[in-house]
Amino acid sequence: METYSFLRTLADSWVLLALTVIFVGVILFVFRPGARRVQRDAAESIFRNETRPAEDKTKEDR
Amino acid sequence: MWNYVRLMGLGGIALFAAIGANLARDPAYMVNALTVMLVAGGLFLWILRRIDEPVPVVDPNEYLDGPVRFGVVATVLWGVVGFLVGTFIAFQLAFPSLNLSDLTQGYLNFGKLRPLHTSAVIFAFGGNALIATSFYVVQRTSAARLWGGNAAWFVFWGYNLFIVLAATGYILGATQSKEYAEPEWYVDWWLTAVWLVYLAVFLGTIIKRREPHIYVANWFYLAFIVTIAMLHVVNNLSLPVSIWGSKSVQLFSGVQDAMVQWWYGHNAVGFFLTAGFLGMMYYFIPKQAERPVYSYKLSIIHFWALIFLYIWAGPHHLHYTALPEWAATLGMVFSIMLWMPSWGGMINGLMTLSGAWDKLRTDPIIRMMVVAVGFYGMATFEGPMMSIKSVNSLSHYTDWTIGHVHSGALGWNGMITFGALYYLTPRLWGRERLYSLSLVSWHFWLATIGIVLYASSMWVTGIMEGLMWREVDQNGFLVNAFADTVAAKFPMYVVRGLGGVLYLAGGIIMAWNLWATVARQPKAAPTAIAVPAE
Repeated sequence: METYSFLRTLADSWVLLALTVIFVGVILFVFRPGARRVQRDAAESIFRNETRPAEDKTKEDR
Repeated sequence: MWNYVRLMGLGGIALFAAIGANLARDPAYMVNALTVMLVAGGLFLWILRRIDEPVPVVDPNEYLDGPVRFGVVATVLWGVVGFLVGTFIAFQLAFPSLNLSDLTQGYLNFGKLRPLHTSAVIFAFGGNALIATSFYVVQRTSAARLWGGNAAWFVFWGYNLFIVLAATGYILGATQSKEYAEPEWYVDWWLTAVWLVYLAVFLGTIIKRREPHIYVANWFYLAFIVTIAMLHVVNNLSLPVSIWGSKSVQLFSGVQDAMVQWWYGHNAVGFFLTAGFLGMMYYFIPKQAERPVYSYKLSIIHFWALIFLYIWAGPHHLHYTALPEWAATLGMVFSIMLWMPSWGGMINGLMTLSGAWDKLRTDPIIRMMVVAVGFYGMATFEGPMMSIKSVNSLSHYTDWTIGHVHSGALGWNGMITFGALYYLTPRLWGRERLYSLSLVSWHFWLATIGIVLYASSMWVTGIMEGLMWREVDQNGFLVNAFADTVAAKFPMYVVRGLGGVLYLAGGIIMAWNLWATVARQPKAAPTAIAVPAE
């Protein structure tokens, strides 16, 4: 089969299916249990660290 | 040691550029080579004079805001230049004698200035705004200093060098005739190098972040950076005719070239003018409203839906051409599906204000941002509609398209950028507040009325033009010659130019207000490092 026909068939069968499954998977992942707390924390992260970077916590543990 | 390597590199580049200027086969290449020679030579001297001075100690517990400040200044200056050129070429269309062909021998014709305008507003104004805000946002949301030391400075200066090379090239005749991708091969290569460093700085900062989550604005910025790299490289695959000349030959030809060009062209809209500016929206609207984004879930879905759908929409630029029918249909269907995530994002931006709607009355910056989101909504409704084949058969090649692009660019990109600039300037220079809020209101109304004049006159002239082109008499002959449509469009062209004047006036007021914010007010808060502009 010539390259065009092969890619064309592949694109509107398996690749289309794979992309759709990934997309639906992403949406389901957003609604996973326990996501609400993480998402609220992320949404409010813009109100922290306005003027300087956060302290490096890994150094304090050492 | 590192300084000597840099000196050798810069000396080599300056020498090579000097040879290039000498052997140049066309004036554009020669001027660009001289520019590169001067920049490399200047940097050589600058490094040489500081070679034994102690290296200033970098405090990793400070944000690197220098490139952001320069980016804000560059955005304002390029914005005013871009609006000015746009207004001028609008009047060139209304009054062709403004081409000044006798005086300038065609060098300032509409055809030369038009890419100068589009590149100045999209890449110089929009690009500098995106780079500056992305550096600002990624540091604050990652709680980490920019990665890569001075690489961020290289990104800023390298990107602006790209703009200067491209702009001088257009006037002198270097173009590969691809819309929104006019720069020739060596300018493309330079942009690729700058862009990869940009990607490294942005990604490096995200990797060393001290927040557990990557905030959604950074997702949009990252999608913008990665996709633009891919689009730019593929669309600019070309073979230079000579390394001493600006001319190159495209690798793709015919319908493949057209398809690649509009895959690039539409995704430049999708990922440069939409995804990147949505990154701005998701940071600056919640910050200015002092409330978290309405729905973080919706923002993630907005992101992935936009990414999955946008990349396929390009073929709607090629309806009724040699492009295969299925590809055009694919582009149309994906464009229509794109409406949903776009409006999801619009609702998310607007509803962030729920419970704080009173701010619309008191805060002109919020008003600007909300109108930007409103125009985003309008443009993303109009776009899918125009991508429908039967609508497109009327709208394509008419001024309706130009009106659509400008309601998106002036309304959405311009207004959200103005909002971000008004937000950033007092903070970056440690001033308590903007110099004048009433001037912001003036800017807001001038810009809004300018856009309304622009968009409505282009709707009228576009639809009129489309209808005139397809009008046939009872014998099946076309009624109107092309020149008839040009004559009929004159009043609308004047109105459009006036809209441009209003928008430009708003931009100049903003430039003065931002300058006065820094220069006419005392410093209220400390900023990390000394500011050269002071």
